[in-house]
Amino acid sequence: MGKLFEKFPDPLARLIVVVLALLVVGVIVFVLIPKPMKDVEIQWADAVKREQGRPVKYAGFHACAECHDKLYETKKKGYHRDLSCETCHGPAKGHIENPDKVKPVIPVGRTFCPQCHAYNPSRPRGFPQINPVAHNPLKQCASCHNPHDPKPPTTPKECSACHGEIARMKAVSHHVQLECTTCHEAPRQHKVSPRSITPTKPQTREFCGKCHAKDAKDKLAKNAPKGDLAEHGEKYVCWQCHYPHSPEVEQ
Amino acid sequence: MNGRRTFLRGFLSVLLSGGAIGGILKILPSKADAREAPPKGQKWYGFGVSVDKCIGCARCMEACKNENNVPREPFFFRTWVERYITRKNGTTAVKAIEPNAEPSPDTASDKSILRSFFVPKLCNQCASPACVQVCPVGATFQTKDGVVLVNEKTCIGCRYCIQACPYGARYLHPVTRTADKCTFCYHRISHGLLPACVEVCPTQARVFGDLNAAASPMSRFLRMNKIHVLKPGLNTEPKVYYANLDGEVR
Repeated sequence: MGKLFEKFPDPLARLIVVVLALLVVGVIVFVLIPKPMKDVEIQWADAVKREQGRPVKYAGFHACAECHDKLYETKKKGYHRDLSCETCHGPAKGHIENPDKVKPVIPVGRTFCPQCHAYNPSRPRGFPQINPVAHNPLKQCASCHNPHDPKPPTTPKECSACHGEIARMKAVSHHVQLECTTCHEAPRQHKVSPRSITPTKPQTREFCGKCHAKDAKDKLAKNAPKGDLAEHGEKYVCWQCHYPHSPEVEQ
Repeated sequence: MNGRRTFLRGFLSVLLSGGAIGGILKILPSKADAREAPPKGQKWYGFGVSVDKCIGCARCMEACKNENNVPREPFFFRTWVERYITRKNGTTAVKAIEPNAEPSPDTASDKSILRSFFVPKLCNQCASPACVQVCPVGATFQTKDGVVLVNEKTCIGCRYCIQACPYGARYLHPVTRTADKCTFCYHRISHGLLPACVEVCPTQARVFGDLNAAASPMSRFLRMNKIHVLKPGLNTEPKVYYANLDGEVR
């Protein structure tokens, strides 16, 4: 190797080495390395294809309706109408491909339903919740509630059946002696469609004033704290500042 | 003389080494820049979360693990639900809830709690994603319809993207040793299905759809709600939109 380069002047020999090295690099990069290894566009298209080819496990809402049309119709009218079948029954793609062998889960026991319906203070107000320890212990949920058309087996008589949190709060407040209906008018339909037909709330300051105004005459009002409606609170309805289920007197 | 020879030898060997080839001739990550906003007619997927509807039932986490073979251990998630508890003294505690955990009405009687609520989280599929920018091998990329995917064939598991994601949406898959994250269930949406978490959500707290579509649950969600995104100041332009988001969550 060394003798070969002796023929050329020293600087030229070095230049040849450099050019040769660059050539080798060029061949490696442009010829030897296959295109998919250096072109990200090809790799990405490949990855997208691979990602799209992954097996689907949840078949989707409409797939179940094709066979189970009766249950689908029942569910469509109940409170669980927006619920996908697979929310409770688990992934069902296998069941669609092989309906006899693969059966979706039917959740039984008292642990499944409380995952949504156990009382949790972080849940939005109005979402139906129960205390799984106190609520009919040892009974299966489905023995009273049809999961495809859930509703309370008997229409609750007491407001506290649904509004337990408010009832418990009111029970230790100064308003303990007031019935819910003293302030709220609940239409009969509220028990059937609780969210579309709601009870009334007091809309005037004079309503609370019946007990809490300076010149209140009401029997109940004997020991109630009194204020001058003309001076206190101005334009607001009382419950915009005071929480009537637990009036904050002693604090 | 000798100095120049050693320099040249060193220089050539560096030149020949793989890293330099990649660096000088820009083989791989050169094209990994974020795409601009989509052309009309092209699908551009987005996701909506109604925070006030989430009941924290963890069905979404369960469905995601089933659908996407996410490891069962409770610290690998593509989507998760956080519980925010704000106390009267102004402090806020955030804790991810666990699926199938025993229901615990623990905080019901705690008078120091001002408010508490659930916030579902997932990969924000940013229009300008930090993870794509940092990937040294171009394994993380954005598809034409705006979903950020990981190419697990080329991912080297260096975890730069996991560090770079401001939303903590990525994890290192313990089996493949590559980065893994929410793909909006890309295999489902490209066949016209909804992502698994949207499919199973019992209260419709999760909405999914094409942001370019004129009429869809997604465009209705954006029209009817006040919309926030997480960490808007980072200019990642998330495509997961939150409705009724509390000020504590940002």
